[in-house]
Amino acid sequence: MVLRLTDVAVARGGVPVLGAVTFELEPGRALVLRGPNGSGKTTLLRAIAGLQPVLSGRIEGAEDTVAYAGHADGLKAMLSVAENLQFWAAVYGRREIDAALETYALAPLADRLAGTLSAGQKRRAGLARLMVTDRPIWVLDEPTVSLDIAAVGMFADAVRAHLDGGGMALLATHIDLGIEAQVLDITGMRAAPDALHGASDEAFL
Amino acid sequence: MIALLIRDLRLALRAGGGFGLGLAFFLILTVLVPFSVGPQSALLSSIAPGILWLGSLLACLLSLDRLLALDFEDGTLDVLATAPLPLEAALAVKALAHWITTGLPLVLAAPFLGILLNLPPQGFVWLVASLLLGTPALSIIGTFGAALTEGIKRGGLLMSLLVLPLYVPTLIFGAEAARRGAVGMAIETPLLLLAGISLGSIALLPFAAAAALRMTIR
Repeated sequence: MVLRLTDVAVARGGVPVLGAVTFELEPGRALVLRGPNGSGKTTLLRAIAGLQPVLSGRIEGAEDTVAYAGHADGLKAMLSVAENLQFWAAVYGRREIDAALETYALAPLADRLAGTLSAGQKRRAGLARLMVTDRPIWVLDEPTVSLDIAAVGMFADAVRAHLDGGGMALLATHIDLGIEAQVLDITGMRAAPDALHGASDEAFL
Repeated sequence: MIALLIRDLRLALRAGGGFGLGLAFFLILTVLVPFSVGPQSALLSSIAPGILWLGSLLACLLSLDRLLALDFEDGTLDVLATAPLPLEAALAVKALAHWITTGLPLVLAAPFLGILLNLPPQGFVWLVASLLLGTPALSIIGTFGAALTEGIKRGGLLMSLLVLPLYVPTLIFGAEAARRGAVGMAIETPLLLLAGISLGSIALLPFAAAAALRMTIR
């Protein structure tokens, strides 16, 4: 199973931001997206996760294989960390959450309400969600925001273990995780002018 | 799906979950009506079915804001949209959770509030029956409205404007069934039409809501 993007163009708010993105990701490999703010990293990742359509080009191998972690953690403030993870595990048809709790050192926090955690602890719980999904492709948008050095280490270990198990990871990040990864700099990949045609996604406004 | 239902019910019951908001509104409205109309028991008993139905509808409308907005804000909807559970099923389950936490308490409270409004004795059964048949339609239509306006900041006004016309047939047939029941007329026609509206909405609107949500979350 390979994730393959062929000449993909994406738009945000009706404006094409990226064009001609082509890459391939094989099992056990990671790809890091680099680019300045507003260059379209988030938009591309959302398109790969299936949350928004592409303007042109093709994305293959992403159907039902992607676990997406965006800027928000998807945690409910009034549920405990364990309840949050159990819910997501059940949605993905699984039960086991202990490994995820252990990897991110969340066991002491398992019974705390997610709303009472610090930003970094919430982020760790949000990343732990990826481990209970059992999906092969992790799509991560700025995963290390508000993590301290120790937690970044935990995250890097989790990604490495995922890759060793034959998984794939696609990250938009600016810090060096110490993971062996291809780097794709999307700075130069602006959308072609003719991509403007039919770019509006504003159905209601 | 069951996990989602349990999670939504649990969230509604915990502090800040909004359980009881609609019920409290319903209570306040029906308690205040006799004061504003005056102590005329004949008038009260003739308007009771309509007031109870209108109160239920507005109480439902009041709680729609939170139906998807909270999940949208904390990123749950994004993850849910990429999860193996189809979005149609997720929205149907969320509508069911909304009905259990908002519609069902209204149905159970209505007979007691009917006493306050001097509802004729033969009307209680039909009031409860019509609410039981009609409130699921209110929840699922509301879910559709919430999905349409998701992602719009302060979209509550727009949602009310979109949802209210869709609520009108349910209100007309629901209140008519309750009124006919109260005065002892035949109730089959409005009750059947009400059941038709509910079943039709439950069958079709999860798909419409999921299509709308895919459009609004991107």
